[in-house]
Amino acid sequence: MPTDPLFQPVASEARSPRTVSLSFNDQPLMVPAGSTVAAALLMSGINRFRATPVSEAPRAPYCMMGVCFDCLVTVDGVPNRQSCLVEVAAGMRILAQEGARDLLLQPANIAPGEVQP
Amino acid sequence: MSQDVHGATPAGVIVIGAGLVGSAVAYGLARAGVDTVVLDQGDNAFRASRGNFGLVWVQGKGYDLPDYARWTRSSATRWPALAEALLADSGIDVQCKQPGGFHMCFSDDELLERQARLHRLQNALGDYPFQMLDAAELKTRLPLIGPAVVGASYSPQDGHVNPLKLLRALHASAQAQGARLHGGVQVDRIDCAPGEFCVSAGPRRFVAPRIVLAAGLGNPGLARQVGLQAPVAPNRGQVLISERVRPFLAYPTINVRQTDEGTVQLGDSMEEVDFDDGTTTPVLAAIARRAVATFPLLQGVGLVRAWAALRVMSPDGYPIYQQSNAHPGAFVVTCHSGVTLAAAHALRIAPWILGGAQPDELGVFTGERFLPDKVFSHAH
Amino acid sequence: MSAESVDVAVVGAGPAGMAGAVALAGLGLQVVLLDEQGSPGGQVYRGITLAPLSRRDMLGADYARGNELAQALAASAVRYEKGAAVWQVTRDHQVSYLYGGRSHTLNANAVLLATGAMERPFPIPGWTLPGVMSAGAAQILLKSSGLAPSEPVVLAGCGPLLYLLGWQYVRAGVPIKALVDTTRPEDYWHARRHLSAALRAWPYLRKGLELMRSLRRAGIAHYRGAEQLAVEGTEAAAALTFSAAGKPVRLATRCVLLHQGVVPNIQFSQSLRARHEWDAGQLCFSPVVDRWGELDVPGIFVAGDGAGIGGAQAAALQGRLAALGIASQLNALSTAQRDHQAAPLRATLARHLRIRPFLDAVYQPKEENRIPADGVMVCRCEEVTAGALRGFVALGCAGPNQAKAFGRCGMGPCQGRLCGLTVTEVIAKARGVSPGDVGYYRIRPPIKPITLGELAAE
Repeated sequence: MPTDPLFQPVASEARSPRTVSLSFNDQPLMVPAGSTVAAALLMSGINRFRATPVSEAPRAPYCMMGVCFDCLVTVDGVPNRQSCLVEVAAGMRILAQEGARDLLLQPANIAPGEVQP
Repeated sequence: MSQDVHGATPAGVIVIGAGLVGSAVAYGLARAGVDTVVLDQGDNAFRASRGNFGLVWVQGKGYDLPDYARWTRSSATRWPALAEALLADSGIDVQCKQPGGFHMCFSDDELLERQARLHRLQNALGDYPFQMLDAAELKTRLPLIGPAVVGASYSPQDGHVNPLKLLRALHASAQAQGARLHGGVQVDRIDCAPGEFCVSAGPRRFVAPRIVLAAGLGNPGLARQVGLQAPVAPNRGQVLISERVRPFLAYPTINVRQTDEGTVQLGDSMEEVDFDDGTTTPVLAAIARRAVATFPLLQGVGLVRAWAALRVMSPDGYPIYQQSNAHPGAFVVTCHSGVTLAAAHALRIAPWILGGAQPDELGVFTGERFLPDKVFSHAH
Repeated sequence: MSAESVDVAVVGAGPAGMAGAVALAGLGLQVVLLDEQGSPGGQVYRGITLAPLSRRDMLGADYARGNELAQALAASAVRYEKGAAVWQVTRDHQVSYLYGGRSHTLNANAVLLATGAMERPFPIPGWTLPGVMSAGAAQILLKSSGLAPSEPVVLAGCGPLLYLLGWQYVRAGVPIKALVDTTRPEDYWHARRHLSAALRAWPYLRKGLELMRSLRRAGIAHYRGAEQLAVEGTEAAAALTFSAAGKPVRLATRCVLLHQGVVPNIQFSQSLRARHEWDAGQLCFSPVVDRWGELDVPGIFVAGDGAGIGGAQAAALQGRLAALGIASQLNALSTAQRDHQAAPLRATLARHLRIRPFLDAVYQPKEENRIPADGVMVCRCEEVTAGALRGFVALGCAGPNQAKAFGRCGMGPCQGRLCGLTVTEVIAKARGVSPGDVGYYRIRPPIKPITLGELAAE
């Protein structure tokens, strides 16, 4: 859960004029509009984004450019979103990914439709 | 490493090929105590073994060739013994699980055809357990099944293993039993002398009184050099592999299975469905559609890899097992079901190669069956 | 599956992709530029169209240069698709990408891959812990969000990007605890044979010297020749330990930024089975391309760092050269026109590339940071250690593909991006052969993750 933020705006940065509210693990956060989910979480004191499916080791963003896949989170029910590539949006519900995904716990809004083979 | 004065490496048996077929035979040979040398190609070789779907599958196989059904079953029943031996020799648990398997059908016609096929096998083999399940019955066994599935066949004979762990376990176990593996070897030539085969690969030479050709797609050219026929050709098979997810599927099915590591493998049924005409994306999309239709909860699962491997297919799709008449001591072993048949290869083929009787089922699997003048020559 | 036809599909909106796409459109070709970010610039000019002026100023003139390219793109006829993640490029020029949760396919007459570079993996103990990031990642946070570490940070490794980030942090007033440099003083001496060429690329050399001087003036602790780097911590980074001048050092910090150079991102060119060669100077694989950037796959071109590291300005020039090659192949330009227009670009490109051999030699990453000890995690996704890899080699595993089969390394979501080079080098060293002989992973689509449902809808 949140600790002292690892990252903060540098002194010369003007305060972001627009913010959006979203949640991480059901905890509300106010973050600058236009930032990536990863940046928003890092500046909000979220330093652990997920646990690996293999050993449940803690992980956080490593590359910030979409190649390491260590920043994966669940966004609005969709798992495995690369948080360094997704822009924040008002009301976004972000969850840490703890270990391997459980397919039996899929939210109703992405319930699969019928597919013909 | 022993080398004779001429620089050739002597062995009791040379096995060419270290895929699932070659390494299973080599493991059996090494277990029998014979000095076994295994020759493997480089890292970029076409390897059917790495693209395997991992099924130990019996149901439906060999319906027009009962000996193939018998051979397949003889391997499936020996699989627990193989898995135990591999664990003892390598410490690797290949995760052999044989809880029975399901073959999904998406139309009533498909279901009827399926039933007819399995009946025919039952009539030919006698003891051949299977059940036909309608959608409601299937739903009680596999609650996550999608509405597009109209029914399935179930056979308690089926199972699955982790094919990558199997490949590593076979390599490790064969070597633990004394087999010597030579990697990066591209065989140029086999010279036959009475009682001795000499394999040349660049500057290297290997000699032995017995030789096993298990080189997959490399077999046609090698077989000719020892008086055998192995007209196999590549047949592309494609497999999709998902991210790791928590266990949701306890049974293997013909097109979807979950590995012990949590990944889901999605494939086409290589024995009975030919997806091979067409380019890659449509084939992969078709595999994906069938998988999602089978288990709709897979809709949102992330794919990590799409895998294509070249299957080793003979013209009739069945294996080739034969000892050379012209050069006794030379054997060809080739098939496309390297996982299912691994136990038979390790436990039944190896004794035959060492001079034991040929397993009964194998009489029909000679390479000569593909010769164009076969009927003519038999008339004489 | 519905597919749309275009003249050229360009993948990646960094300097090479932007310059190439704009040049192609200028030659009358219909161009679609696909990029997974939300705004153009690639990594080097990340967020260039959105960064406030104060941030642009703090980041320096080299960053601001990206604005010209972005403006040219905006003024051009290029159809720029942001947020488009390309997951497959086929040898017959089909480009499939995800946008808005659906897969789309372009049938292109030619494809320009401008997927740039990525940072070389830095496998040391503890490099997977939260709080350890690449310096490039931290720089992206600075460029795109104006963020920097809130506590004194440790920068570790070597290479221009590391010093540039330090310089930018100094300008932004960000506290730096130390620069832990793996470069040894004698590395400069060993690189002297490349110095005369580097001197002819004086602006680069001068810039580098200025960076180092400003770090020194800022009084930042600078350890040279650091060895045995390791990050301490259980749930998150707590300290960086290393030895410098024979003495053990422990620097407590929650934030360690690692960097040891960049390497071409070759996922697409590898997935196309194009020929690649081991570059012994840059210690990486690069695709083999002709003078116009064309692979040995006809009609597929690579420009920029994806074909070998040359930096942002070289990338833009290579993008324009590839555009000329493509336009001529598509009969939008005669070969005479092509060659005439290419001549001045080539001359400028040669000037920009002169500095490379010197930089490659001085900042060659140290072997212990590329070929780690047994306990170090090589594959972050599947958690495979260097020791496990060496065990596979002992079983007869000759290369990365058998290693993948034996131990799942490279089989996780990053598809080998963060372990590929390490795996090749670990196996090469264990077998006593060259990395070029060992080869690289067979990369397969999807290059970006796609769900089963998205693929089923194809």
